[in-house]
Amino acid sequence: MTLTTDPVALDAWYAVATASEVTHRPDRTRLLGQDIAIDRCRDTGAIRVRPVLHGGEYGDPLPVIERYACVFTTFGNPDTPIVEIEEAGEPDRRVVPCGWFTIRSSGPRIVENFLDMAHFPYVHTDILGSEPNTDVGPYRAEIRADVDEVWATGCHFWQPRGAATERDGSGMMMHIDYRVPSPFIVMLYRVAPSAPDRRDAIALFIQPMGEELCRAQPVEFLVDEISTHTELLHFEQVIFLQDRLILENQVPRRLPLDGQAEIPTRADTASVAYRRWLAAKGLGYGTILPHGQGERA
Amino acid sequence: MTVLPELYEFPLDDECYKVRLALSLMGVASRSRPVDMVPGREHEKPAFLRINPLGTLPVWVDGPVILREAATIVLACARGLKAGNWLPADPAAFGAVMDWLVFSVRDLHAAHQARDCALLGQEEPSPALRAQVRRAFNVMEDHMVLRHIGGHEWFADATPTIADILLFPAFALCRDYGVDHDGFPALRRWMRAMRTLPGFITMPGIPDVT
Repeated sequence: MTLTTDPVALDAWYAVATASEVTHRPDRTRLLGQDIAIDRCRDTGAIRVRPVLHGGEYGDPLPVIERYACVFTTFGNPDTPIVEIEEAGEPDRRVVPCGWFTIRSSGPRIVENFLDMAHFPYVHTDILGSEPNTDVGPYRAEIRADVDEVWATGCHFWQPRGAATERDGSGMMMHIDYRVPSPFIVMLYRVAPSAPDRRDAIALFIQPMGEELCRAQPVEFLVDEISTHTELLHFEQVIFLQDRLILENQVPRRLPLDGQAEIPTRADTASVAYRRWLAAKGLGYGTILPHGQGERA
Repeated sequence: MTVLPELYEFPLDDECYKVRLALSLMGVASRSRPVDMVPGREHEKPAFLRINPLGTLPVWVDGPVILREAATIVLACARGLKAGNWLPADPAAFGAVMDWLVFSVRDLHAAHQARDCALLGQEEPSPALRAQVRRAFNVMEDHMVLRHIGGHEWFADATPTIADILLFPAFALCRDYGVDHDGFPALRRWMRAMRTLPGFITMPGIPDVT
């Protein structure tokens, strides 16, 4: 595999590792078709990300930024910085990187699944939803041109166990805002059930290894004085693996951006906005662009 | 006060699911001790290695007894049951159960490896590894076709045994590593029958409809 030539994909920041797991021994992974090695320099202790060239030698180091417990890098010249997650800086926040999992799907499919509430009762039964409370009420989805992000606000859904703290199964109406700050990063904000005046933030950082093969890590920024670290991990991991099974069955694996390709319903308003946003950017990596747009390299 | 046996487990692990499923089906009480296997690698740290020097999950701690292989945990629990037929005494049926038990550990190990690779690896599982899994499933499929013709719905006896429990996770979870259920109609029928057993529990990665 070789590095993509898609300019939109190249000019973005990607999380490619968990910073605390990087050692002196180079770890091999792949980003946008290019093999990369991640290690910690023996002299300076700084984290390096370097492309692995043919023959196995390393190319020039790529830019590296450590944020949100992750190592971010890019092949291009992103015109926007890494997403700003204000909650991450609050002193009592618990920052929980939930581990990297491999998914046979495209990055945009993974983002779209994260934005979808309609599947909660069927895929995350008795956790994020349950029958008969299957209705997705109206909410607002928009492309915010000033910040170049997609937002879906005013979402609400009945959740039997919407967070690790909610053990009694009595359920609550969860109020959720979704945010797509970059084509391969998706987030949600929800009222923290154990601290109702504050919001939890959950980000999903996607590392597209190829167009149809990704790794992804959920990172949570929680207000939760109750749950153990392992409880928080396992709660999120179970949800993530339930999604993974659904995602791997979706065809085509790349996300069609043609408005006619898949029939949306009212519940898909966020997905429609995301697809429009990607089409306007001309992202061809992990997508199927509308006919005639952006001949693929 | 009764001290319950403890099960050290990771909820996404197929070997741990074998034990969870068995305990639930057989109605054996225990206390779950969740281990941060991914991403924390807690099973490789000194505190855990004092319990199981092999650094593997699941681990069963029942007083002085420590068991660290899913098949032996399930076997020991079935042996301790006062009622139920999960481990038949009849030599022929017992032999069949043991034969499938060894199969689940040896021949289905490829399924565990393929799933591990698909979930956590940098590459998809190799075609060779997937072919190895399919060969094992073909043996199971052929067996269950013959059992069905003979009027039986379970692997080793007229009623479900621990053989069915120990074989179930590898097949039920095979979509996790890109092997489809469609080519194995007899195993799909068996999988549907497993779902109807009182106490059946599922895990993420197992499709609701087969």
